[in-house]
Amino acid sequence: MSIINNINKAFDHRIRLGIMSILMVNEYADFKMLKELLEVTDGNLASHTKALEKVEYIKVEKQFIGRKPNTRYSTTKLGELEFKKHINALEKLINKQ
Amino acid sequence: MESKNYLKDISEIKNLMNKSSRFISLSGLSGILAGIYAIIGAATAYFLVKNSDRGYLILDGYIFKLCMLILALVAILSIVTGIILTTKKAKKQGAKIWDTSSKRLVSNFLIPLITGGTYILILLYQGKYGQTAALMLIFYGLALVNASKYSFGDIKYLGIIDIILGLVAATFPGYGFWLWVIGFGIMHIIYGALMHFKYDRV
Repeated sequence: MSIINNINKAFDHRIRLGIMSILMVNEYADFKMLKELLEVTDGNLASHTKALEKVEYIKVEKQFIGRKPNTRYSTTKLGELEFKKHINALEKLINKQ
Repeated sequence: MESKNYLKDISEIKNLMNKSSRFISLSGLSGILAGIYAIIGAATAYFLVKNSDRGYLILDGYIFKLCMLILALVAILSIVTGIILTTKKAKKQGAKIWDTSSKRLVSNFLIPLITGGTYILILLYQGKYGQTAALMLIFYGLALVNASKYSFGDIKYLGIIDIILGLVAATFPGYGFWLWVIGFGIMHIIYGALMHFKYDRV
């Protein structure tokens, strides 16, 4: 039961899991980079980043590169911790079988 | 059934982590060709020097200028071949050639390389050329080790081998030329072939 508890609902979606995976190994990623890697539409990606932002697993920074607005994402300490917990739980579930 | 989904999750996570942080379209074949260019260049320089009046290299002769020209040609040819073959491979894999991961790879590779190249030129300008082969090997090796974090991890070992060859060349400057041939020629061919069979033939 305790293992199941560590499976995090916030990551229970392919795209949210994908966003976290990318941000774990990169200092930051911008919207375009996430979109290309995950092969999703703007609206779809925006709703999932918002969901992760809401639980404070990722940080959003808006800035300008020249005149173009640019949104970049990075993980928070909490997000990293929760993601690691989630992966450990996944691994344990797999090994159990 | 559940665990199958979790396995898929894990492999997807690994795949995204790799794809987003490493540029893996480098072509092994271009390594082999770079090695061949280096050996042809070295052989040409060797015969030029041996057949000259002196039989050895001095800094202000025209033979020295020719050797520098050969070196530059080898470098340019290797870079151009590398770019062409890597672009081809990236296209085949449906990857982008100029994205965050390749930019990061190039900048991390170039920082030690340009530092080393500039340092060598400064030394040559001051008339000190005894350590040239050693310094080329050492800085190229450092550039590879640095770049390996952003591409195939295996490149690191080629870098370490080149650093060691460079340190040996620094200790025995008389063998600098031959160690250069091993480091830039033979090692490139061996490593390029290994990478080709490991990654190119997907």
